[in-house]
Amino acid sequence: MNTELPPGLALQKVDERIMTLNVGPQHPGSGHMRIIVQIDGDFIVACDPDPGYVHRGEEKMAEYRNYITNIPHLERPVIHDSCNILYPYVLGVEELLGIEVPERAKYIRVIASELNRCVYTMYWLAIYGIFLGHSTMFMWPAGDRELLIDLLEKMTGARVTHAHFVPGGVRNDLPPNFEDVCLRQVNYFEKRIKEYAAIFYDNPILIARTANTGVLSREDAIRLGTTGSVLRASGVDYDLRKKEPYDVYEELDFETNVLKEGDSYARSKIPWLDMLESCKIIRHALQKMPKSGSVRVKLKPNPKGGDASVYKRVESGRGSLGCYIVSDKKPEPYRVKLSVGSFRNLIALPYLLKGEKLGNMPSVYWSLNYWPVEADR
Amino acid sequence: MSSEPNEEPVEASTEVNPKPTKTGTVEKEVVLPAFEKGIADKIIEKFGTRTKVAFVKPDRVRIDVSRDDVKEVATFLRDVMNFDHAESVSGVDYPQDKQIEVVYHLGSYTDSSLSRQILVLTTRAQREENPIPGHDATKLPSLREIFYSVEFHEREIFEMFGVFFDGHPDNRRLLLPEDWADLPPLRKDFAIKGR
Repeated sequence: MNTELPPGLALQKVDERIMTLNVGPQHPGSGHMRIIVQIDGDFIVACDPDPGYVHRGEEKMAEYRNYITNIPHLERPVIHDSCNILYPYVLGVEELLGIEVPERAKYIRVIASELNRCVYTMYWLAIYGIFLGHSTMFMWPAGDRELLIDLLEKMTGARVTHAHFVPGGVRNDLPPNFEDVCLRQVNYFEKRIKEYAAIFYDNPILIARTANTGVLSREDAIRLGTTGSVLRASGVDYDLRKKEPYDVYEELDFETNVLKEGDSYARSKIPWLDMLESCKIIRHALQKMPKSGSVRVKLKPNPKGGDASVYKRVESGRGSLGCYIVSDKKPEPYRVKLSVGSFRNLIALPYLLKGEKLGNMPSVYWSLNYWPVEADR
Repeated sequence: MSSEPNEEPVEASTEVNPKPTKTGTVEKEVVLPAFEKGIADKIIEKFGTRTKVAFVKPDRVRIDVSRDDVKEVATFLRDVMNFDHAESVSGVDYPQDKQIEVVYHLGSYTDSSLSRQILVLTTRAQREENPIPGHDATKLPSLREIFYSVEFHEREIFEMFGVFFDGHPDNRRLLLPEDWADLPPLRKDFAIKGR
């Protein structure tokens, strides 16, 4: 009988001690994803992540639209980080079409993508807080995030789905007086997030719950091909903004945050440290940005790429985000593949949860900086 | 608004010259980036004509190999060239060639001289007109034993293109529904409705 059922629906035989639990896809602790865990008492013996509940076929859709009309829908997998998910696509199209981007546009892009990284991280942090039952840590980031959303709204015209990056620059120039407002808001934001240390990151209850849970060693982080905060929390110094600088990151001063512990606490601390660095980057970029100049080069209508392929990657809020574009001399790309950090980090989940207590599952799962919609694309 | 989805900014700013001149491109092809050429040369030296270097660009080298050699080349890349993980694995469907290409983008965390580099390793599987995923000739050897990080990527390619990976321990569906009974959806002959 079992062989006739489609794979995944077949019932598994388990012994009397082991119980199978479905966490999700409607569970608030799993996002839009199902995690099938087998537990022995309170301990997880096996875990099988089952993503795909929000699969929307972005890659297929991209084959039917031209290089410019692909922009608004390709940012949909992660709307809180929409500038960063468009970034590799836009860089790739620029290389295919041979476009040189104006200097001012490069700075605006860096500022927008750093603001977006903070917006994403605050949303992630809010959910991490409520996962651990810390409702203040849900309210504070959700409220402080509005500061940066207001800035991005001034800059791009939309609160979350910006569609601001286009091949050849950015869609619009900054509004008048943006630099001053941005500097003021970012300074206040930095002051606010420093206060999170006292209530959250130095909180002994949080440390007791997350330290030494879900430990990923340096060797395994490399072998599993993890990326972003997961990789850097395990002691690997790898940040694409430093290692393969794109646009003007080479000219800006910032540090890469690396921790050695590799546990849930370190993984949850890295994004917060990154936000502090983002504030530095934004301030430095505002200072160095050319005060005037064009922000966008004019493209030909319906531009066509050559017979080529290109792979570009950037550091997003969830790690390296790559975009592989194959062009075949038509206005539409032949194939667009997004290689996203969430999908790459998912492979660590079964590995980390094995032997862990069921109660630690939310903190380990969400410390992977996983965004289900982005992983499914 | 016209139906033409072109992009015309209101303030047309600087002029661009999207295509370099003929002589410019010729000169560019002669001067290959030295470090990347060194990587390509090492692979050619080891495998000779069994591999084909498709391009050498700054930070990117692309190697095409046949399906019989892909495991051997991947082992060499891991053990000798220090590439330690796969960033991305993509499938590309070529119906006119009756082939499906699988593209591995390999990177290195441990070797700091390779941190900018992506090595593109491609191989091709035979394509069937009427696919029965897992039970037809569309098969490739799995690289999961060599690069552990390809595990979920290969599962995704199996469901989206119908390429079965021999030796993969867990060839199940990942993103698609369990009862999906249509063509693998990223193949070119699976058309979006209304398009």
